[in-house]
Amino acid sequence: MADSVISVQGLRKSYDDFEAVKGIDLEVTAGEIFAFLGPNGAGKTTTVEILEGYRPRNGGEVSVLGVDPQRADRSWRNRVGFVLQECRLVPELTPREAVEQYAGYYAHPRDVDDTVNLVGLADKADVRTSKLSGGQQRRLDVALALIGDPELLFLDEPTTGFDPSARRQAWDVIGGLRDLGKTVFLTTHYMDEAQALADRVAIIASGRIVATGSPESLVDRGLPQTEIRFRLPQGVAASELPAALATAARVDAGLVTMNVADPVPALRELTTWAGDRGVGLPGLTVGSPSLEDVYLQLTERGDGAEAPE
Amino acid sequence: MTGLAVVLHQFRFDQKVFWRNPAAVFFTAALPLIFLFMLATLFANNEISGLNVKGATYYVPAIISLAVISATTVKLATNLPAEREAGQLKRVRGTPLPPAAFVAGRVGNSLVISVIMVALVSVIGALVYGVTIPTHTMPAMLVTVAVGAFCFSCLGFALAAVIPTAEAAPAVTNATVLPLYFLSGVFIPQNEIPDGVLNFADAFPIRHFFEAMFTAWDPNTTGAGFEWGHLGIVAAWGLFGLVVAVRFFRWEPRR
Repeated sequence: MADSVISVQGLRKSYDDFEAVKGIDLEVTAGEIFAFLGPNGAGKTTTVEILEGYRPRNGGEVSVLGVDPQRADRSWRNRVGFVLQECRLVPELTPREAVEQYAGYYAHPRDVDDTVNLVGLADKADVRTSKLSGGQQRRLDVALALIGDPELLFLDEPTTGFDPSARRQAWDVIGGLRDLGKTVFLTTHYMDEAQALADRVAIIASGRIVATGSPESLVDRGLPQTEIRFRLPQGVAASELPAALATAARVDAGLVTMNVADPVPALRELTTWAGDRGVGLPGLTVGSPSLEDVYLQLTERGDGAEAPE
Repeated sequence: MTGLAVVLHQFRFDQKVFWRNPAAVFFTAALPLIFLFMLATLFANNEISGLNVKGATYYVPAIISLAVISATTVKLATNLPAEREAGQLKRVRGTPLPPAAFVAGRVGNSLVISVIMVALVSVIGALVYGVTIPTHTMPAMLVTVAVGAFCFSCLGFALAAVIPTAEAAPAVTNATVLPLYFLSGVFIPQNEIPDGVLNFADAFPIRHFFEAMFTAWDPNTTGAGFEWGHLGIVAAWGLFGLVVAVRFFRWEPRR
């Protein structure tokens, strides 16, 4: 495939006798934002570190930009940018200086000022990085990943710990990478992030890919179209729900979620039941299921063994 | 950028980061000067028996030795584990910067700080304590500084490779060098130290580095003052450090 940027077949990785990645396949094509989702301990970080060239594998074929990352050389690193999950910046430098320093490492760097502007740090370009907020530091991190003008960017949980407005700003920056024609491999455990940014998603659970596709197609495939939610009325047990609906219902801490193909008869049944008993349906909403619901459904299939990440 | 240009680029930023960090400047640059003022003032005119020099003449090469080790071994072995734990080394490893250029930038940084410290201690020794700056032994002193700075940089990378965490780094480093300063005659004049202790200190590089430095500063030295035997032992330790560093140095944080 000519425009395949990342191609993985049968990837396996074990730590001692624990198999963290149990034979996975992935394809990422040029110009797409690909989100890699999974709970902690699912093998997500292990997979990303293998793709980034930081970790050897036990089996399978891996090609990133046509190169096996286990044999990554200087020219390969010129074509790839990283935002690591955890990396403190150098507090003594300013954003402009940090970007200048990284620019010097690459064969064909982007313009320093352009890149600082691109991540929205123009007005902070000359203050020490230790004075930046967490969100600003992370955006500088993205600028450092971008300065080499890479074809492919790895962003490992780029918005973990952000407040909502910082996350929106970071999303604007990441969404803007698509316009630059970059391929982005995004790791996250925020479903709304994947839904907002990604063209395609893969979900990993217990070392196996449990779903791949566009966020919309996963939602379509995973669950019936309509989602009804309400809180269990006071003094009513889950077992007292109408029998016809109880099978479709999931109850979590008093919150009832049911996915149904046709909402009209279900709602009639439900409201009749509530009316007969003289109880309300607090917080009743009718809507589409989110990627988060699909994710929870797919990743909660009773796999006990979790690796420390 | 070509190899040398990228080394210079990296070195320029290492220098910038160093001079902007007040704690680093204090421990690496100011602390040796404080030791110099303390020791050279306290023992300025005491005759060091057996060596036939005054206290100040003894302590200038002693503190130069300490300053070079501070700028190299101590600085590298405390900074690198902290940068590794912060993910900074892993991030740099993901760029096209060759590892050798990173190392060369750091060694260059330590070398330049060493040379600045040697100049400062020498000038203060001459102006404040009337110690004579070497003339015919100047080449020997410069060679000693260069050999020492390279070898103690290698030992800094070696220590950084075996120190597991940022938290352990200052403790392990100081527990390594501080006793050796005492046993090697850097803090206490060597005529006060029993022979057995000096023989023990001879197993380590600090004593040999100081002896080579002292000969270059000793007004009683007649020849060019090159202590090839001592420098050879320092170089052997540096080579050992290099082997340990190449074998065990890690860029990624331990989990």
